[in-house]
Amino acid sequence: MIAEGAHLEFIVWAYAGVGVLTLALIGYVAWDARRVKQRLAELDKAGIRRRSAGSNT
Amino acid sequence: MSVDTVKQPNWFSRLAHPGQFLAWSRYLVWPLAIATLLSFAIGLWFAFFNSPEDYQMGDMVRVMYVHVPNAWLSQLVYGVMAVSALGTLVWRHPLADVANKAAAPLGAVFTALALYTGSLWGRPTWGTFWEWDGRMTSTLVLLLIYLGIIALWRAFDDQLKAGRIVAIVTLVGALNIPVIKFSVDWWNTLHQPASVFTASGPKMPASILTPLLVMMLAFTLLFALLQVVRMRTEILRRRAETLSRQAALQGAAK
Repeated sequence: MIAEGAHLEFIVWAYAGVGVLTLALIGYVAWDARRVKQRLAELDKAGIRRRSAGSNT
Repeated sequence: MSVDTVKQPNWFSRLAHPGQFLAWSRYLVWPLAIATLLSFAIGLWFAFFNSPEDYQMGDMVRVMYVHVPNAWLSQLVYGVMAVSALGTLVWRHPLADVANKAAAPLGAVFTALALYTGSLWGRPTWGTFWEWDGRMTSTLVLLLIYLGIIALWRAFDDQLKAGRIVAIVTLVGALNIPVIKFSVDWWNTLHQPASVFTASGPKMPASILTPLLVMMLAFTLLFALLQVVRMRTEILRRRAETLSRQAALQGAAK
């Protein structure tokens, strides 16, 4: 168990920084994936699709 | 030509086909996400509630549980990119440059976090946030290489051409990896020498090694998850760009 010592703020800053930046990275990757899927869906809606669409993923 | 003389693609080629990759990798996303979450839950429980203070560093040892995994990933991700670069230049593997482009921002973030947590660890332990020693300087150089590669990817509209140039830069930059690894042996440095992966085994007690290994597993699984998602996204992005170009050409021809 962690004790409240002289260096507690360094531990808190380390974990907070890693948490924030890691969550931001996960958020960015998820947002980017969603954005590209939406763009493909819009193209599909406009009738622009691959010739092999339907037979491929 | 008879059917027998038609060369069938091997399993590796079939696995690597972008369409095939999209088909089988979708089944990896949720298992990887669950394994990552579980590993982090167990690792953080160990890190905060079930690991002792170090006899020298006290509670500051807990910073090691986030610093070492990020430092490990900063090099592992670059290793993945270097293998991808070989795949682009030697085998012209269709997914190699996709893997390189997907990994670069992930590596940059892990390297930035390794430097950030390292400086926070250094202040109370060594008395300074930063020292221009071999390990820290070469890791900063690694971050700059990652940022350069990201900028190169963005500088080209033709991603196939970009892939070849980035592959060469990636392989040149790979010379920095052994410098990072062996800097603690080559030069006088504040950093301790390797203490986890050594020829004689880990040089730390199991009570500290266990949370460290679990956190390394958690961060490595997180990288695997994000890499798969980003590769899928990159393939779909290229597909969307090709379709947009085709639509524009057809529109212009009418």
